[in-house]
Amino acid sequence: MKAALIRYSPLLVLALAWELIARLGLVSSSALPPLSGVIVSWFDLLRSGDLVTASASSLYRGGTGLLLAVVVGALIGIAMAWWRPVNALMSPLVEMFYPMPKSALIPVTVVWLGFGDGSKILLIFLGCMLPVTLGAFNGARASDRMLVWSARSMGASRLRMLWDVVLPSAMPELLNGIRTAIALSFILLVSSELIVARQGLGYLIGYLGADGDYQPMFAVVLTVAFLGFAADRLYMLLVTRVLAWRA
Amino acid sequence: MAQIVVEGLRHMYRPPRGRPVLALEDVSLEVREREFLALLGPSGCGKSTLLYLIGGFLPVEGGRIAVEGRTVAAPGPDRGIVFQHFALFPWKTVRGNILYGLERQGMPRAERERRAQQFIDLVGLTGFEDSFPSQLSGGMKQRTAIARTLAFDPKILLMDEPFGALDAQTRHLMQSELLGIWQRTPKTVIFVTHDVQEAVYLADRVAVMSARPGRIKALVDTRLDKNDKNIFRAKHFVDKVDELWTLVRDEAIKAERKAP
Repeated sequence: MKAALIRYSPLLVLALAWELIARLGLVSSSALPPLSGVIVSWFDLLRSGDLVTASASSLYRGGTGLLLAVVVGALIGIAMAWWRPVNALMSPLVEMFYPMPKSALIPVTVVWLGFGDGSKILLIFLGCMLPVTLGAFNGARASDRMLVWSARSMGASRLRMLWDVVLPSAMPELLNGIRTAIALSFILLVSSELIVARQGLGYLIGYLGADGDYQPMFAVVLTVAFLGFAADRLYMLLVTRVLAWRA
Repeated sequence: MAQIVVEGLRHMYRPPRGRPVLALEDVSLEVREREFLALLGPSGCGKSTLLYLIGGFLPVEGGRIAVEGRTVAAPGPDRGIVFQHFALFPWKTVRGNILYGLERQGMPRAERERRAQQFIDLVGLTGFEDSFPSQLSGGMKQRTAIARTLAFDPKILLMDEPFGALDAQTRHLMQSELLGIWQRTPKTVIFVTHDVQEAVYLADRVAVMSARPGRIKALVDTRLDKNDKNIFRAKHFVDKVDELWTLVRDEAIKAERKAP
């Protein structure tokens, strides 16, 4: 606890600096409203229910898209590592789409599925799948031949062996890929909501900003930052538990 | 009739890059039930490849392998294997590793827990049941691997230089323990090694393999009184080691010259 306090003390310094710069009038209040005011706005937003509604909507989209990306991405990655035809089919597609800026898909998914949840979920699914696929693929490809043989000689069927040996072998790299996917999902979520949405945290940021309500706008920006941070920390906690077998 | 029959086996090793290499040429071998056979040869002679083929891990390209009259086409729980580098599931504990084969065999839960414990005790790992492989010494890892394979009770035990990664003292200890286990629970063992003394000490019969392409160069009977405490100094033991060493030395020199 104390260690964590010391570790995150630079954040406290940053918060104080923010407050000071705003209070001394070094920058205009529309560019940077004082942190204390932002915090007051945050509680107002919380009380009005706007923040909860927006967060719930965003987390639902992000969570669903991410879950689909993880399941489908891992399946494709492992299938690519284990069956040559799947690899031959998928490799060029993965190579082609991996470096593509996924935000370019925002208008495409809107054309397909409209302004609601569907387009965001599809966008996050498509945008987050490839890091998961690549993690699963690299991890599965490196699985030890002797472990596979051991499982087979103990009576595991081929499919069983994929689940019992290849998936856990791929786990460290797969979990790394998922971490990248989580970060990406926040980027895609907020940017797509900023551009085309009728609810959600990104929509709230854009809406408040357009109206010149900078204090609450900053409050929502901070909320997004905190959610991203909390998601990553929670995820890393889970990873440590799942990979407890590593020395 | 022999339990394991290898006839005219031929195998090409195909490296990911470069030309295929003839690893085994016209290998024929018969192994009797409950026999302890050592496959002895210089490194790269294909002895491990022969073991993997018998295990069903590599496809048979030329010739035939039969176990109890049935042609080998895939791995199966009648042939358990122990590898040099243990091949334990690193994400499973000692107990979890040993339970795995029993789960795959569909043994009821209570029975497999009991059996796992029995083999943990047998190899002297009591107290380490919940340790992960990364927390164990090399010797303990190999004990776990041996217990894992013995626990599901294969008729045939394939061992691929199982003590090759261990330090000298541990290796010695494990050799005598393996002999003890084998005398108590007789199984057919095929034991790959390049250590002449180990082969003579453990095996009933030693198949000496030639340098690449691997062939069976000689079959030497090594049935000695293995329970003799001073066996390593006994004349008949030393003579056997000498005899085999002469056979292997020529091949080791040939292998050295061929090495890239």
